[in-house]
Amino acid sequence: MSETKKTDADVSTAPDEREVLLKVEGLQKHFPIRKGVLQRQVGAVKAVDGIDFEVRKGETLGVVGESGCGKSTMGRVITRLQEPTGGSIHFEGQDITRLKPAGMRPLRRDIQMIFQDPYGSLNPRHTIGGIVSAPFRLQGVEPEGGVKKEVQRLLELVGLSPEHYNRYPHEFSGGQRQRIGIARALALKPKLVVADEPVSALDVSIQAQVVNLMDDLQDELGLTYVIIAHDLSVVRHVSDRIAVMYLGKIVELADRTSLYEAPMHPYTKALMSAVPVPDPKRRGAKSERILLRGDVPSPISPPSGCRFHTRCWKATEVCKTTEPQLIELRPGQRVACHHPENFADQAPQDTVLLSVAKEAASLVADEVLAESAETSAAVAAEVASPETAGVADTEVSEEVSEKPEVKITKTGPGAKTEDQSTHSGARGTARPTPTDPQPTDEPEAPSQESTDS
Amino acid sequence: MTELSKTGAALGEPAPGNAPDAFLAVRDLKVHFPTDDGLVKSVDGLSFEVEKGKTLCIVGESGSGKSVTSLAIMGLHRLGARGKNVQMSGEIWLGGKELVSADPDEVRRLRGREMAMIFQDPLSAMHPYYTIGNQIVEAYRVHHDVNKKTARKRAIEMLDRVGIPEPDKRVDGYPHEFSGGMRQRAMIAMALVNNPELLIADEPTTALDVTVQAQILDLIRDLQKEFGSAVVLITHDLGVVAEIADDVLVMYGGRCVERGSVDDVFERPQHPYTWGLLGSMPRIDRETSERLIPVKGQPPSLINVPSGCAFHPRCPYADIPKGDVTRTVRPELQQVGGGHFSACHLSPEDRTRIWTEEIAPKL
Repeated sequence: MSETKKTDADVSTAPDEREVLLKVEGLQKHFPIRKGVLQRQVGAVKAVDGIDFEVRKGETLGVVGESGCGKSTMGRVITRLQEPTGGSIHFEGQDITRLKPAGMRPLRRDIQMIFQDPYGSLNPRHTIGGIVSAPFRLQGVEPEGGVKKEVQRLLELVGLSPEHYNRYPHEFSGGQRQRIGIARALALKPKLVVADEPVSALDVSIQAQVVNLMDDLQDELGLTYVIIAHDLSVVRHVSDRIAVMYLGKIVELADRTSLYEAPMHPYTKALMSAVPVPDPKRRGAKSERILLRGDVPSPISPPSGCRFHTRCWKATEVCKTTEPQLIELRPGQRVACHHPENFADQAPQDTVLLSVAKEAASLVADEVLAESAETSAAVAAEVASPETAGVADTEVSEEVSEKPEVKITKTGPGAKTEDQSTHSGARGTARPTPTDPQPTDEPEAPSQESTDS
Repeated sequence: MTELSKTGAALGEPAPGNAPDAFLAVRDLKVHFPTDDGLVKSVDGLSFEVEKGKTLCIVGESGSGKSVTSLAIMGLHRLGARGKNVQMSGEIWLGGKELVSADPDEVRRLRGREMAMIFQDPLSAMHPYYTIGNQIVEAYRVHHDVNKKTARKRAIEMLDRVGIPEPDKRVDGYPHEFSGGMRQRAMIAMALVNNPELLIADEPTTALDVTVQAQILDLIRDLQKEFGSAVVLITHDLGVVAEIADDVLVMYGGRCVERGSVDDVFERPQHPYTWGLLGSMPRIDRETSERLIPVKGQPPSLINVPSGCAFHPRCPYADIPKGDVTRTVRPELQQVGGGHFSACHLSPEDRTRIWTEEIAPKL
């Protein structure tokens, strides 16, 4: 990944200036459950149930979540390998949601996929040359210097030897096969690459090779990635922005630094605290860990209100009844929660914990609870008296100073155009005057956004 | 781990044939499988010890022989038709009994009673046709002369202990009705129903989500405290190792390349392969500005293990020792500190220099 993208300042500002490549609104994918002789539909697995996000040119969007949260289905729907049930997908401004196969075909070369299982995704009866040249054949593309030469160049690009052209997949190890899959995905110089668990089937040492390869290729070819993975350390390493999914919904979408340093959704926090750190000295710090009770509920009948309320230690009555919207609480950090961590409570009037929350809280260390109450209170106090915010130059007040201007905006399909243009400006560098609502530093960004939506 | 004599040769066999002090002691274990393509040397001279109440983590890539080691301890290689196809040598001492030379029936009596195993994939390790309760009851009644009712009570008690809600109802459920995490809990209940003194867990959390993994690791740790068992945990995830291990054994190409306490291996690793593993891991607790440092190349084939040090084709430091010693002489385990062993031709000075100057700053 390029040096510029790595620095923290750029992570928060740069993506805004980039063009939106893929825009997803209210995307749904329900798999019907049919029963009986008549195969009547008796229900549906709501694998993806209304998600909104956008991917900008040249960035990497990481998607994390537990198994069954719908992240892989999301990947297959945005590449149109599966038909969406609802919502819309725009690629480069073009609505591709309902395009027929013939209409999709020219776009196929721009959207490619890397699959999880390097054993299942390569036809064992085709040679590597045949596999990697298939995209040229299918799209009727005649690369400069002939297909074979181009395929050999691609094999070299991903770190394989051009002599492997006539070999078969079984002659390769898992890591090498994954490289073949990558070479095939890159054959037609795609604009967007969706990678579904690209490294999870590989050994640690090989995993690092493939992660580095994907990084280098992004630099060289200006690729845009959507990387779906369950390993939070890997996702953090590769992504610029990260979406956390839970039961078919995005619960938090933020740039990497904000997400890992100040996660706002309790689920994000729990998920990250569960990642084992390869440092035995940290074992004493186990009290930071948040254990979640039980398992992810069934996506056939997801819980009412906030879907996480059955396992959340902060759940109150409002969580049970009202579904929280994915709103931008801090520039570049969208969260769907009534009682976010590291931020002012969105439903402060509702303080009575549900009984499940009390049980869940018993698994959360007291230190964590105290700390989160403290930060929330601090943020709330700052919000109550915004005049003080501009004075102090600490990190917290800087974030808070933005609060008044970032109106709570719904990112659902209904309510966005105007608001989005407001805070795409606000997502830029923090300004000391909290009353200034007009973006001054990035004139193009808002107009870009409004034309898109 | 107890202090052993300094040279590697003597390390495996301080007093061959005699029962060791440690609860589980493996000495110079070799497990070879003859195949059409050649002899697969899955485990080729492995020695280690585990005390009761301690956890040893065996780390390595796929094909490094870690699972074969665990199956060898359980005596599972010698079952059925597969038994004819394995060449085992060395010693495995469990509580004063030697298992490699023991009668299969004797090992069978120990299996499940003294030593139990948790497998990676509980869905394939459990029988889909029988209820969870049935399978736990069976495991209990094989070793205890009790009636079904008592055994069932014991099964419910165990399910409750591993944190399965409503155990009296779930006991009659089938494996497919359990979620991944619950199934793994049920398998732990099954493994622990006889209070075994040795628990072997082969990648117990690899198939699980991080949140569930945290639950299961906590459970294993609690149960170990409660029952005082020795635990051998096999994993490829160094995060899990740092979380739960007392001692760590790093395997490469069927042999141990480094062994020591968890602090030794993470703070003062002595083998280039261990450095490679640490460098390959993206870490959630560190800045992400650095590139990962992968180990180049591929894991070796166990039929054609590279000559000399098995790691030399992938080792960036293979040319530092004089001559072609790394290519011709197989390094033996050398003591590099109290209870810390490493099999590497690099001189201790070189290793310390490379670790402190080149590797550690980049991690």
